[in-house]
Amino acid sequence: MNDNALNHLHVEPTIHHEMKGDEGSLVTMKGFSLWYGASQALFDVEMELEKGLVTALIGPSGCGKSTLLRSYNRMNDLIDGLRVEGSIIFDGQEIFHPDVDVIGLRKRMGMVFQKPNPFPMSIAENVAYPLKVDGVRDRKLIADTVERALKSSALWDEVKDRLNQSALGLSGGQQQRLCIARAIAADPDVLLMDEPCSALDPVATAKIEELIDELSGRYTIVIVTHNMQQAARVSHNTAFMYLGRLVEYGETSAMFTVPRADRTKEYVTGRFG
Amino acid sequence: MEDNGKLPPPMRRSGHAPLSARGEPYVWLLGGALAAGVVMIVSFLALVTYNGVKAFWPRPVYTITMMDDSVTAGELVRSETFMPVASQGKPPAGPSIRSLYRLGNYDLTNEDFRWVSDMDIKTIAAPEDILLVERLEWGPFIGKLVSVDNGDSRLAPDPLTHDKLAHLVTQAQQRRHKIRKLQKVQVGYVNRQLEEARLSLRKVALDHGKDSQEYLAAAKETSITTDRLEGEYAKLAEEANRLDLLDAAQTITFASVSGMEKTIRQSEVVRLYKPNALGFFGKVGVYISRWWEFLVAEPREANTEGGVMPAIFGTFVMTVMMALLVAPFGVVAALYLREYARQSWLVSLVRVSVNNMAGVPSIVYGIFGLGFFAYGMGGWIDQWLYAERLPSPTFGSGGVLWASLTLALLTAPVVIVATEEALSAVPQSAREGSLACGASKWQTIRYIVLPRALPGIMTGLILAMARGAGEVAPLMLVGVVKLAPELPVDMIFPYIHLERSFMCLGFHIYDVGFQSRNAEAGKPMVFMTTLLLMSVVAALNAGAIIVRNRLKKRYVAGHF
Ligand SMILES: Nc1ncnc2c1ncn2[C@@H]1O[C@H](COP(=O)(O)OP(=O)(O)OP(=O)(O)O)[C@@H](O)[C@H]1O
Ligand SMILES: [Mg+2]
Repeated sequence: MNDNALNHLHVEPTIHHEMKGDEGSLVTMKGFSLWYGASQALFDVEMELEKGLVTALIGPSGCGKSTLLRSYNRMNDLIDGLRVEGSIIFDGQEIFHPDVDVIGLRKRMGMVFQKPNPFPMSIAENVAYPLKVDGVRDRKLIADTVERALKSSALWDEVKDRLNQSALGLSGGQQQRLCIARAIAADPDVLLMDEPCSALDPVATAKIEELIDELSGRYTIVIVTHNMQQAARVSHNTAFMYLGRLVEYGETSAMFTVPRADRTKEYVTGRFG
Repeated sequence: MEDNGKLPPPMRRSGHAPLSARGEPYVWLLGGALAAGVVMIVSFLALVTYNGVKAFWPRPVYTITMMDDSVTAGELVRSETFMPVASQGKPPAGPSIRSLYRLGNYDLTNEDFRWVSDMDIKTIAAPEDILLVERLEWGPFIGKLVSVDNGDSRLAPDPLTHDKLAHLVTQAQQRRHKIRKLQKVQVGYVNRQLEEARLSLRKVALDHGKDSQEYLAAAKETSITTDRLEGEYAKLAEEANRLDLLDAAQTITFASVSGMEKTIRQSEVVRLYKPNALGFFGKVGVYISRWWEFLVAEPREANTEGGVMPAIFGTFVMTVMMALLVAPFGVVAALYLREYARQSWLVSLVRVSVNNMAGVPSIVYGIFGLGFFAYGMGGWIDQWLYAERLPSPTFGSGGVLWASLTLALLTAPVVIVATEEALSAVPQSAREGSLACGASKWQTIRYIVLPRALPGIMTGLILAMARGAGEVAPLMLVGVVKLAPELPVDMIFPYIHLERSFMCLGFHIYDVGFQSRNAEAGKPMVFMTTLLLMSVVAALNAGAIIVRNRLKKRYVAGHF
């Protein structure tokens, strides 16, 4: 605690810009710190995710973007020796409360990983996996869900004739869109995406960006990216992180045109990072 | 430097590195050692295969007149060069050749095999009409047909064609099977019912005491059943006797080349052929018929002849049961160690212990199995469920269940280690993908981790089966016997008899090769059984490879 307090003496507090939306926040992070064993990875982060909008997380490698993202759906729970402080409130509920059902939480927060990770099953089974986990048996419902999710992720036309073939036979970009379809099949509230385009070529990237655009409004999306143009194109709000701290946060246009912190300025103009 | 124009000569590095810096000698050394090992293994396999494959091929039979004018006949087994010992008076001769002949006719001469040196032979011939008769007892007979007695009519050899003789023999064999079936199956069935009646009465006596009402009632009932069964028994025995007398009247008489006669029942003839008159296809026929007998018949003559069907069957049942026991146990243990247990020093200790368990001598497992499973658990089951049969043990001695359990214990480390490796090879990203979909830990394991680990698990399991199928030492203590009267699975309720002792291939090799009266006579059987066991193990290993490749293709293919 003391260390933490001391640390704060040297840091500027987060600069908060005007936010984009007016629907209010869905997820609120307050005084959030995280330790991997003895080393601290996140320092006192204060950040809100606005409902139905796309939030981009940017910052140099190792600054804690993935760590922050994985805190939302408590994916970090798998790591031994992890410790957190502060709170994340999702839809009025503290997610670190002992009574919270982690599985239920993850069902409401879909996640897409940096590297596409389809399961070794057929395309349809991949998308229907969240339903299978829920014990849904209704074939009609499953088929409808698969179709809807694949259409939402702009993959339907490419795979509708081979739904029963292995998902491992798809191209990298198709696999990533399949993972997005899987993440939205259970109709979550939040979609967490960790560098979803880093393994893809420009055409596939463009498709996914389009997709994010279409999905926004329905879902609250957080996207981690190293690509400034991408952040500028797809997001409404942008958070800049540096060394585990949230340096500046606010409407994307403001962040890119009139960044207030020097670090942010340097990073978005490409002078470091 | 430049002004005096003398540049130091460029440093030259020798193109030849010193020997110590070069890897080639070590590569050659290691490669050579590996090659030597492989050559040794391959030539051993080739030796076993060669000897096993040719063991059943009919060999020529020679009649030999010795220098002292005695005549013998025998099947040529093999020849070798040797140095004769110089006897006094004669100059030492050079190397000479001697041959091993199987003389047969053991009951007449007490001599089964004889080394004959070329120097002692006056004449040697391969007559077309000499007969080789394989019999149920006493090994083969080599000689000529004298007569056939059908009880009422006596046939001289002249009008008897080979086909007619073969027909007679086939008929006689059918008679033999019929009598045997009567004795073993039907009489055995009545016997078993008698025994059950006696045991159930004893059970009542144990439960209620000998003076109780229940006992008196049961005793009355039992005596009625017993009387009925004994009547049946007498009838069956009489029938068996009658058939046996009929069978005994139908005989066949042979004479050896030295003129000694031997009369046996026609039904005692297993196979008879004229080795020197056989064409290629005739030989193939004999070869196939011997193979067939080897695979489907029961052993005869203290296991040195006949078939190994009970051993094949016993090995099969034992291995399958072992797999059924070790698979769930090993997989669950590995799942706990890898997925659920917190990785602490205790878990590391358990893991190291499991790895070391693979190195415990297998006989130790045998002793443990005998003490803990057979005497401990089996003795307890006997007291609890089979009290009326005591003091003769039911589960309280070696049996196929205890043997399978012992082997399951012995091979558990293989399965656990293979499963743990397979589990840890499942990428974290796959697990995270599943968890992020809201799957529980168990669902993730069930739907994602286990299917992906399946090839590795199957490989471990099949390797464990191969190991278990070839095991001998521990089995000798927990249920394998030289000759089991009954198979562990048959048509009598409850069909699978877990308490029965059984035969297995590995022990069969040891028994025939090293425990039998006549090692030379058992040799073909040893090679054949070894070949069979090796083929089973090779087939299991090949199965492991195929299964792994199949499943791998299904689960791990894909490109990025
Ligand atoms: N499992 C872990 N155990 C210990 N330290 C970790 C672990 N995961 C991440 N870290 C540390 O936490 C810090 C933040 O890592 P994180 O993965 O969140 O960075 P990032 O911003 O996502 O980087 P990148 O852009 O390269 O993905 C790094 O210093 C990293 O070394
Ligand atoms: Mg990252």
